[in-house]
This record gives sequence, C-alpha cells and structure tokens, in this order.
Amino acid sequence: MSAESLATFPMGGIHPREGKELTEKLAVEVMPAPKQVSLFLKQHVGAPCEPVVKKKDKVTEGDLVASTERLGAPIHAPFSGTVKGVQNALHPMVGNAPALVIAADKEEGEEKSYSQADWTQMSKEELLGKIKDAGVVGMGGAGFPAAVKLTIKPGVKLDTLILNGAECEPCLTSDHRLMVEYAKDIVEGAKIILKILEIKYCAIGIENNKPDAIEALKQAIAQSGSPQDGYNIVVKPLQVKYPQGSADQIMQSITGRARPSGVRSSAIGIIVQNVYTTKAIYDAVVYDKPLYERIVTFTGKGIERPANLMVKVGTPLSQIVDYLGGMTPDVAKVIVGGPMMGFAVSSLDVPVTKTTSGVLFLTKDETDVQTHYPCIRCGFCVSVCPMGLQPNEVSVFVEAGRGAETEEFGVDDCFECGTCAYVCPAKRPLVQFMRLARAGIAASKKK
Amino acid sequence: MSGTQAEATTVEEAGKASPPKFFVSVSPHFKNTDTVSKIMWTVVACLLPPLILSVFIFGFQTLIIALVSVASCVGTEYVANRALNRPTDTIRDGSAVITGLLMAYTIPPGVPYWMPILGGVMAIYITKVLMGGIGYNIFNPALIGRAFLVATYPVAMTSAWLSPIRDASVFKYMGAGVDAVSTATPLYVLKHYGLAEVIERFGSLSVIYKDFFLGWRPGCIGESSAFLVLLGGLYLIYKKYVSWHIPVSVIVTVGFLTWVFGGETLFTGKPILAILSGGVILGAFYMATDYVTSPTQPMGKLIFGFGIGALTVLIRLKGGYPEGVCYAILLMNAVAPALDNWFKPKRFAPQPEEGA
Repeated sequence: MSAESLATFPMGGIHPREGKELTEKLAVEVMPAPKQVSLFLKQHVGAPCEPVVKKKDKVTEGDLVASTERLGAPIHAPFSGTVKGVQNALHPMVGNAPALVIAADKEEGEEKSYSQADWTQMSKEELLGKIKDAGVVGMGGAGFPAAVKLTIKPGVKLDTLILNGAECEPCLTSDHRLMVEYAKDIVEGAKIILKILEIKYCAIGIENNKPDAIEALKQAIAQSGSPQDGYNIVVKPLQVKYPQGSADQIMQSITGRARPSGVRSSAIGIIVQNVYTTKAIYDAVVYDKPLYERIVTFTGKGIERPANLMVKVGTPLSQIVDYLGGMTPDVAKVIVGGPMMGFAVSSLDVPVTKTTSGVLFLTKDETDVQTHYPCIRCGFCVSVCPMGLQPNEVSVFVEAGRGAETEEFGVDDCFECGTCAYVCPAKRPLVQFMRLARAGIAASKKK
Repeated sequence: MSGTQAEATTVEEAGKASPPKFFVSVSPHFKNTDTVSKIMWTVVACLLPPLILSVFIFGFQTLIIALVSVASCVGTEYVANRALNRPTDTIRDGSAVITGLLMAYTIPPGVPYWMPILGGVMAIYITKVLMGGIGYNIFNPALIGRAFLVATYPVAMTSAWLSPIRDASVFKYMGAGVDAVSTATPLYVLKHYGLAEVIERFGSLSVIYKDFFLGWRPGCIGESSAFLVLLGGLYLIYKKYVSWHIPVSVIVTVGFLTWVFGGETLFTGKPILAILSGGVILGAFYMATDYVTSPTQPMGKLIFGFGIGALTVLIRLKGGYPEGVCYAILLMNAVAPALDNWFKPKRFAPQPEEGA
C-alpha cells in the first residue's frame, strides 16, 4: 500500500525514530505475581478512591478494594493477599501519592477462573454497570472513566466509534501486541460499545507500521460475522506520522472532521476509545473481570531483556527490572510512557498503573542533556504543531515573565505532544514553556 | 539534642521516596539532531565555494577581506559579550561567522582591509549584541554593516571593483591601490549608460549570461558566481533549513517587475540579466531567509519576498544606487514582525465564539 493512499491528518506532525524493533515481535509474556503491590487511589481522571478494606483484611484476586461515589473508577485487588494499609508511593507525574499496599499470601494462590456470559442478552444499563464496576478507564494515557465517557447525554447524535490503535509513540508496542494476540476480543468489545452507543459504524485506526495487527483485526472482523450481523467494523491503516494517535488527529484522519476547541468529541458525532480500553470493556462485560492487570512494554538499550509483559497493576518497577535481568550499567534515564510524552522518574520505586503503557530505559547516548539556547525564530515548531499554535512566541513571553498574556496563542489547545520541542534546533523545552504559560493564565484568571 | 533531631529526620525521611538515581527532565525525551550551531555551520559550508572561486576571479585579497571580516565579527561578539557580562560561548554557534562572510560578500573586493573591521563592529555590536544577542536583532547584521560602510565611505564602497583575472594570476591586485584598478559593475553601467553599453563592455547577452552565471564579471564576492551561490542555497532548501517561499518570491518578483518596467518600453526588460546581476541570488537565499529577521509563516514569507523584490527593482530603476537588494532587505526586515502579527498559523479547528 502506498503512503499516499493512507489516511492522515493534514497539519504539522513529525517522523521521530520509531524504535519499536526491540519488542514488536515479542509475544506477550505473563510476569509472575510480585510479592507486594501499591495501588494508587487515583489512577483516573476525577476524585481519588476511598479504601473499602482495612489493614490486615484478607482479599482475593479481583476483589473491590477502593471506590468513589464521585467521578472516578473503582480499584480491585490484583492477587490474593493481605492489606497492609495506605502508604505514600512515588507517582511518575505528581510525586508522592497515597496508595493501598497489598502483600501476597505466602502460598501461591491458584489463578482465578472466570466464566463467560452472553452480552447480547444484556441491556445498555447492564453493560454500562459492568464497565463501571470493573474500574475500566481510558488506557491510552488519559485515564478517563470509560463508563462515564460511554454514557451519552440525550440529544447528542453519534455516528462513528473510532478505536485508537495508532500507537504513534515511538518504542511502545503494548497496543501492537494486544491487537495481534487479542484481535477477537477487541472486535467483540467494539460491538459491545456500538450496542451501548446505539450506532453501527466503527473504524479501527492503526498506523501502517503494524501490518500484522491490521491483518489480525481484519480476519477477526470477518470471523465475527460482520457485516452480516448489522455492525460495520472496518480497519483504517494510517500514515506513520506523530501524533497520529492523538484524539483530535485520529478523528480528523479517519472522518475529516476537526473538533472545535473546548467541546467534546461527541459534539462532532464521534467517540474515540483506545483499543486496550475496548479489550478491558470486553473482559468486564463477558467475564466480569475487573481491570487489574495489563500489558506493558519494557524497552530501551538500558534494560537487559526488553519485553512485552502482562503485569499486575501496582507492581513496582524495581521488581519488573529484576525479573527482566536488571539494567545495563550505562542506563541514564527511566521514562514511564513513551519518549515523546512520557515522564522521567527518579527511581524504580514507581508502581505500574492502569494507564502505564510502557517503560523506557534510555542510556547516556540516548539522553539529551543540552542546555537550551535563545529562540532564533526559525519557525520550525510552528510548522510541525498539529494544532496550529506558536510555541516560539509562547516561550519568549514566558521567558520574559509574561506567561499570562499568551492566551491568544491558543495554549489551551496544546496537548503536550512534544513535536515542537522535538524539532527545536535551540533545544528549548517548549512543552514546559507551554505548561508554564497555562499556569500563568490560570493564575491571572484567579485574581 | 542533636541526636534526637537526627533521629527525627530519619523517621520523617523513611516515608519519603529515595533520592534520585536517574537523570530527570521534561518530555519529549527524543529530539532530532539539528541544533542551532549545526544549521549555522552548514550555512557557512554552503557559502564557501563562491569564496574559493572568487580567489581565482579577483585574486587573493578577497580571501583576506573575508578573513578580516569574519575575525572582526567573531571578535566583536566575544569582546562585547565579555564586556556586558553575557555568556561568550555564542561565538562558537557560527552565526557571527555567517555575518562576517555575508558582509565580506557584499563589499567591493578592492576596498582597504581595515574597512571590514569597522563594518564588523557595526554589524555585531550595534545591530546584534545591543539588541539582545542572537534571536533579538531586528535587522540583518551583515547588511547593516554594509549599509554603514556605504554611508561612511561611499567612494570606496561604490568604485573599488576589480576586473576579473583571466590568466590565473591570483596575486595580481595585491597591494595595488584602489584607483589603479577600479572598474564599473554591470549594474552601474546599465543604470548610467544603458543596455547597449553593457553589451559593448561585457559581450553579447548570451556571453553575459554565461559569464555572470559562472562568475566572470566585476562585482563583489557574493556576486561572483550565481551558479555556486544557487547550489549552496538549493542544498539548504533540500536540508529543509530554508523554505522555498522567500527565495522564490524574491527572484520571481525581481524578474517579473524588471521585465515589465526595466526596458525602454513596457515588457522589454531583461529579467535574466536582472536576476544574475548584483546580489539578488545571494540576498534571496542567504540574507532574506535569515530566521531572526524574516517572518515565520508561509504567507508572510511570500509577501516579505515580494516586498524585497519590488523594492530592489524600484531602487535599481528609480533610486540613486545601481543596486538595491541590501536596502530592500533591510526595509522589509522592519516589516517582518508586523507580517508575523498579521499572518498567524491556521488553527486546528475554528475557535469558539467569544463568551460562548
């Protein structure tokens, strides 16, 4: 298939080194349960959960351990063990955050088995209830509670469900392996979502560097009995261009529609779900299985054995690193997430969350330690920004202490994809300048 | 007492995270390999072939002028930053070297060697350092340096041209006085004596086109070979360091307006002669495209280039100088911030109404 015929977004974008070769062919491997897990009480958009178990309580795999009445998603025990209480743990984004600690039982508990249910007989409310109870959140990184996203206000007219399998972040392959190995579950999950949304059309967007995933999903669709069963599910190969997997960009690539600033995607008739969220919805509905484990890519020159691992949510990185044979001596930077939008962490005490798609171990030569230079007004950042913003101007304003005056440059539209900082020849931390500008605007509005 | 305190600290820290083991920075963690100095030194490399050729056309002193000019610019940047207590490592980024080369490329090769020293101080200290250093200057430093020299030493700057050497005696003009060797540039002849006289002095139009393209004509270093200047400029476009908008709009505008207004009657001007003579190609590819002093948006760039082309032709045909590229670019430099203000990038989606 030639590049021209592939769907893509028209404005901006870059082609960073893909870096997926280390793990894209490695089948998902199940990591044995760790000795202890730390479950952050907030792993989603919304309010933190309250623990529903006490210290020294015995829990078994899949038990509810924390929940909230407000916007959020409940949290479940990833294995059978004993609650040790709430302690602070190191969070990749917010520093220290409260987490429920559960220690594994001495004797190996047997794997919990789940029985299959027929979702076609369930009502829309029943389906949404199962998704909510299973604690499913947007697993592409946002962590928005899935049941809330799929509860559509009356009067909103939808026509398209987009499953986001672009995985445009370099180095990450967890969604790729999921699509290859769990294609049937994803297609079934898509039908569940279509039933909830009461629409028929679903497009699965995948960057064209994953031909095996595209093939696997096409086969799964054909075997699932579509389109004879009334559901029209198609695979849309997309041009490899970062940030193809951003919600605004993938909606435009597939439907040609651009979401106006400040409204939800449902306003233009579209709901976007990550492919992994779709698989989690399938597990929640068909098996009543909560979200407490996920595939995470561990890669980079800094780890002895790169792998796609099925790990329990809450497993500390240190235990996973031990399982993978340790780090190389020249490891310099550990990043939770992808190289474009991920967060560098200062230690391996960080646990995996529901939204952790990968962990990168970069060596010294892959780490950028340059100090930044004054802006030379080359305009490269403006030409690659997928949202049509002016990071150059914003950065100069922020440097001059005038971040509050940057609203006209549209900093609210910035989703921190990092393309600007990627191309900047002066190596300016433009994403950080954008964040500071946003903070400046927020502070001035409070006054 | 101190023991209790120490204990308290340990207990308090026990609950906290262990000290950083890894390098931490903000995303993105991948960046491409282009840096400011890599781009600047690439431009320097692209500028070198015309300089080397100029040694064979006008003799060895073009090299000396270029070296003096570069040394003056780099030296001024170092001394000025040192005196102002600013970091001096900017001299390694190559931008002062470009300024030095471009200034040397726009002054007549027969001027005394001290002249570019003066121009370099003007270009770097007044135009760049005092404005805030790299990224903050409004005008192109090299052209301000040249304009300053033209205003201060008009005779030398408009008459110290040398006839091309055809016998490879590269030391021919060394030490010779300016008056002894000065000649007129084709643009000067065209302005004051007309096209017939140009053909009389420099050969038929086809000979002129060939000589001008390859470089055998009186002029400054940067005018010597349109071919080599063009080659370097095209490489910068290929590397995506420079976008096509400004060079194309400058050259097309100069050609078109000269064709319309440059002849005895309308539509009889000689566009190719106009493009090949003077500093059009050098200015279009290397000076008008200076990041700091040009607009960043495609539409702004096209208008910027059009303005340069139109002003160049206006100065050539109606102004007091035979060549107008330098002033045309400087005038448009002043408009660049306004062009950036008027032509903003197209946003991803329509913005919500105010107050909606």
